[in-house]
Amino acid sequence: MNFKHLIAATLGAGLMASTAIAGGHAAQGRDGNVSIIYWQAASILNPYLSGGTKDIDAASLVIEPLARYDENGSMVPMIAAEIPTVANGGVSEDLTAITWTLKEGLLWSDGTDVTANDVVFTANYCMDESGGCQQLAKFADIESVEALDDLTVRITFTKPKPFPYGPLVGSTTPVLQAAQFANCTGEAAPTCTEENFNPIGTGPFVVTEFRANDTITMAANTNYREAGKPAFATLTFKGGGDAASAARSVLETGEFDYAWNLQIAPEILADMEAKGMGTVVSGFGPLVERLMINLTDPSPDLGEARSTVANPHPFMSDIAVRQALSMAIDRPLLVEVGYGKAGNVTCNVLPSPAIYNSPNNAGCEVQDIAGANALLDEAGWVRGADGIRAKDGVRLSILYQTSTNAVRQDFQALIKQWWAEIGVETELKNIDAAVFFGGDQSSPDTFQKLFADVEMYANTFDGTDPEAYMGNWACSEIPSPDNAWLGGNMPRFCDPAYDALVAEMSGTADIEERARLAIAMNDMLMQTYTIIPLVHRGNVSARANTLEGVKLNVWDSQLWNVADWSRAE
Amino acid sequence: MLNFTLRRLMFTIPTLLLISFIIFLILDLAPNDPTGNLPLTIPPEVREKIRASLGLDAPMYIRYLLWCQQFFINEPLNLFNEWFGWCIGDCEGRLRVTSWATRSPVVDLIAERMPQTLWVVGMSYLVGILIAVPIGVISAYKQYSWFDQAGTFISMIGFSVPTFFTGVLLIVIFSVWMPNDSFFWLPSIYDTTLEVVDWSSFGQQVRQMIMPVMVLGLYNAAQISRFMRASMLDNLSQDYVRTARAKGLKEKTVLLVHVLRNSMIPVVTVIALGIPQIFGGAIITEQIFKVNGLGQLLIIGIQGADIPLVQTLTFLFAVLIVLFNLVADVLYGLLDPRIRYE
Repeated sequence: MNFKHLIAATLGAGLMASTAIAGGHAAQGRDGNVSIIYWQAASILNPYLSGGTKDIDAASLVIEPLARYDENGSMVPMIAAEIPTVANGGVSEDLTAITWTLKEGLLWSDGTDVTANDVVFTANYCMDESGGCQQLAKFADIESVEALDDLTVRITFTKPKPFPYGPLVGSTTPVLQAAQFANCTGEAAPTCTEENFNPIGTGPFVVTEFRANDTITMAANTNYREAGKPAFATLTFKGGGDAASAARSVLETGEFDYAWNLQIAPEILADMEAKGMGTVVSGFGPLVERLMINLTDPSPDLGEARSTVANPHPFMSDIAVRQALSMAIDRPLLVEVGYGKAGNVTCNVLPSPAIYNSPNNAGCEVQDIAGANALLDEAGWVRGADGIRAKDGVRLSILYQTSTNAVRQDFQALIKQWWAEIGVETELKNIDAAVFFGGDQSSPDTFQKLFADVEMYANTFDGTDPEAYMGNWACSEIPSPDNAWLGGNMPRFCDPAYDALVAEMSGTADIEERARLAIAMNDMLMQTYTIIPLVHRGNVSARANTLEGVKLNVWDSQLWNVADWSRAE
Repeated sequence: MLNFTLRRLMFTIPTLLLISFIIFLILDLAPNDPTGNLPLTIPPEVREKIRASLGLDAPMYIRYLLWCQQFFINEPLNLFNEWFGWCIGDCEGRLRVTSWATRSPVVDLIAERMPQTLWVVGMSYLVGILIAVPIGVISAYKQYSWFDQAGTFISMIGFSVPTFFTGVLLIVIFSVWMPNDSFFWLPSIYDTTLEVVDWSSFGQQVRQMIMPVMVLGLYNAAQISRFMRASMLDNLSQDYVRTARAKGLKEKTVLLVHVLRNSMIPVVTVIALGIPQIFGGAIITEQIFKVNGLGQLLIIGIQGADIPLVQTLTFLFAVLIVLFNLVADVLYGLLDPRIRYE
């Protein structure tokens, strides 16, 4: 007997078994195994100790928050019975308290009851100063979290929260079981290896084996709240390799059912998809690749005052220059070169969710080199003998930095060429991502210090509410030596009118009104050309054609609805 | 001989301590940040707290001494406890070297990865030696024959074509082009959770090992066969070979007993010195086939600035290299009667 027969025999037996079960009615575990590949392997299943998407997504199979975002960005209750609002009395009139009610009869995977104490415990677990909780920002401004009875939790804030759905909503802040993590609070949090690898949850799966940075095997949770779900009896979550080979394993060899985050050359992905084994799915969140213009002088001669508001930039402070730089860029070409299906042209730094997308900046889609040249001529920037424009002895010579990444270096080369056409000289620099985005105080190359004229990167925000994200460009958020270079206002943009909008938004609960404010802030940044948006980037994943129920979610874990996944007949 | 070995072993201790300190210095001076890969949505003050919780705010020498204490004292004590059940000191609360990314003891991570690395990379080394020795012998014996030319050509390819090319090429041929139901279809992704319990799982294990083992084996064979050929050629022209032939010994005996044995001396050294590489894993090949062994663990650690993990792994590699250098020296003395250590 050879291997082929053996394999065929095993497969056959498995197939018979699974059809036999499916013959009855929709029972849990009727569809055998589902295999998922994340080319970044999961290291830990406790999102409070890891900010990595891979870890949060893997954990979302096991532990669940009070509510989650669906693929449209609306909240759906998970552990909670319903979403509290002002209208149903769940959120207090003064916006300082939110009361969550849990579903009745909910069980942990070990068979014990889920109670309000677990929710309170989880909040305190993260808010413990010495624990190094990575989701602490979600628990900002909380005065107290208390259990009113077994199923009711009230979170009180120190100030009015027009959007009180930060803590314990979304896959980054799931509810942990108090009994399991009781000895893991504070300084003991990182030492609880067993708990962090095998959390007890309410999700559709339970961990059977966790191999850090490699493979997780899971089995269906027999205590899952919905009968007949999940359809799969077991789940394999494999990590490692690179995006291209992950795509290949779903689209070309059919070894896996779902592959995450396939940032590879668009034409390669299209070729793989043509084999017909799987489908590429994409979705768009608020992730935007953008240029940040430095409005302050980054000259090394300034010493300590380098890139601080004390010295305005010699030529970037001229709006005509910034506008010309933006007009010279051919955004559709950038999308085609870098992202294909996974990118859209955008003229806003806040393009999503749809209600926040400003309709007022449509002009940027078309490249306009002639217009940019005319604009610079008019502003008095005259071409010198070398073709580079100058005014009063200041040459338009730009240092343009970004992180090391193939697509970003392509973008740099293209943009450098377009800027050359309008008489702007560009020097390119790329920095390793761990350094560029790292907060090392001693490194001159961090994106906060911005010792350059322009920098490019992508940023986004969690969940669907842009308040904190738009707040990044308030005067108080400017990084400087005084605040150890912390803050998200890289362009060093400072406008009292903008700050007023930020303040107004933090006191406004009405969603339409919040959208108006967010659009106004976005327009202010766009129309002063402080931030130059390039590409609205999407998430690209692939699923096998035999896998049904996948709804790509950019607002939450991509595996958010794994309970609804099933095998096609 | 024993004296020599002991003396050398004593000397490795200060060497290794110095190496561990240098590794620590390099890692510490590198502009890397364990919170650098976290999403930008995590605000800076939270990052600062995370760094403090990892102990990064302590001065450099304290962090080094802490690592030394954890690695040289706590880890061996923990091993004693697990293997023999001896409990010395505080067995429960003892601080072990802990990875920042997984928050689990580094030594456990390494132990978990050892099997697949030893199976795949070790097997490829064995396969490489088994291919290389006959090729080297025949190539030298029939110098400039078509076999020698072909052998030279293949080892040149094996040595100069990188594994990330041969690996992907094999995947495209055997996993993508080959129909999934064909007997010759091979999995492109290594399943580390597969347990060999019966013939069918053994078959699966063999199938998933074929491609990574062949890719690495070709590379290893290319190197070793060149050494083997050169060493054989040196010996074939020696006087003792002529004497052996003059005595009327069979050609087979001359070649396989006299020449081969003597030619093996430098080759054995090369092989012994290459063994630490097996433990180091094959970073690229492991990535391509998702073997997820020690090489992949190291690369993930480096990318995530997981300093305790990188420090411990690199140091263990240093220990192996120092030890196998000693082994090579000792083997030399055993194999070659002309060399005696006094």
